[in-house]
Amino acid sequence: MALINDLRKGSRFALSRVLSQVENNTPAGLQALDELFPFTGKAHKIGITGPPGSGKSTLVNALTKQLRLHDREPRVAVIAVDPTSPFSGGAILGDRVRMLELQNDRGIFIRSMASRGALGGLSSQTEALSQVFDAAGFDFVLIETVGAGQSEVDIVNLAHTTIVVDVPGLGDDIQSIKAGILEIADILVVNKADRPGADQSRRYLKAMIEMGFRPLASSAGKHRMAPALQKDETETIGEQEALWLPPVLKTIASQFEGIEQLVTEILNHQHFHKSTGRWKQKETWTLREIVRKRIAGTLERDFFQQLPAEVFEAQMEALIARKVSPTTAVKNLLTYNQKSSKPQLSE
Amino acid sequence: MTEKKIRVLIAKPGLDGHDRGAKVVARALRDDGMEVIYTGLRQTPEMISEAALQEDVDVIGLSILSGAHNALVPQVIRKVRENGQTDVIIFVGGIIPEADIQGLLDKGVFRIYGPGTDTHLVSKEIREAVKAVSQVD
Repeated sequence: MALINDLRKGSRFALSRVLSQVENNTPAGLQALDELFPFTGKAHKIGITGPPGSGKSTLVNALTKQLRLHDREPRVAVIAVDPTSPFSGGAILGDRVRMLELQNDRGIFIRSMASRGALGGLSSQTEALSQVFDAAGFDFVLIETVGAGQSEVDIVNLAHTTIVVDVPGLGDDIQSIKAGILEIADILVVNKADRPGADQSRRYLKAMIEMGFRPLASSAGKHRMAPALQKDETETIGEQEALWLPPVLKTIASQFEGIEQLVTEILNHQHFHKSTGRWKQKETWTLREIVRKRIAGTLERDFFQQLPAEVFEAQMEALIARKVSPTTAVKNLLTYNQKSSKPQLSE
Repeated sequence: MTEKKIRVLIAKPGLDGHDRGAKVVARALRDDGMEVIYTGLRQTPEMISEAALQEDVDVIGLSILSGAHNALVPQVIRKVRENGQTDVIIFVGGIIPEADIQGLLDKGVFRIYGPGTDTHLVSKEIREAVKAVSQVD
């Protein structure tokens, strides 16, 4: 495919087109993913999540600029997800407004995407888009989720490093021990730290983390490492110390405060992941999830392709009339398909 | 399967600071089921064409109230075409004097929507225009 060659050679136009094909799940998009797959597995994927208005986009803006300042001039891609309206199917994608400073740097590529009905804080194609950026040679892929509440935790299946952004004054210590979003953090950020209550929020979050690590609290701090860049890449950490205690940082993203430290922690986490074998573990897990989802999707599609619409409708009518239960209806439909001629598995 | 959505970039080139109209149009297109990328105030033609490229939009809407349309709009069109996005439909909203309209249309602007335009008309015409372009593909 000419487009794929152009993409690999660095054409931004080709990259953008392929991203659309993949997002729209077209046959060309699926083929592109196949062809690009051998080139994936290199990018460091960083998730940024947190409640609406916590400053995720502004933080992404600052973070991207800081990453670009590094000696190796890493290329940075941003995927910014905003919600799709459940009523019209449309969306306003406004994250770019906070990232205007990044617009003129050719080492950066920002793509907005709508959640298109998915509920986990991402769109169903976000992972696939990150693969395209990975294959296009971006060193970092930043993924900003939809403004997340408590259970939009899909990002953890995708990102190597998950940053959870909180702001002062959102809740007391009970909020911070609830399951869900805070639990998935590799790094916690209290943004807008110039507002009252920042230190208190930070204390709550630290307390929550230390609670989870109580058995090891005495040795806490031991495993924290010097910045990855000053380290020998091949240096490994012993099994016993293979514990990551999520740091809690204060930032004021709009003023660029605390961002350098955030990047240091990201690189620390990257080094930690690589030296403990967790990087590979994560890859295995992510790929396993992709295959499982593909299987589910393919089976569902094949099932409905094989099933005559009138058979389905007949069962629905029986269901609405309460003559069959949903479980029985499913059983009937599955049996119907099994009885009719054996289907050819599509690719 | 996800369906193909129309993607629109709404941008405000130049220096005027009023984006109410741009927001109304963005909202109307969203309510018609489109994905609208909103980039805010004070954009240069470079910034707009770069955003359009990265977002692979089908449509660009430019809101201009400052009077600088004859300078800015052709620049945006040229840069977008240079990037290879030859199919992108570009429309303009805002205050454009009667005398300048034909000139802008000749330079490749799809439509100019002045104050008081029914937003349903905007979304309907955009939808038709995108459909016509993608059929040519």
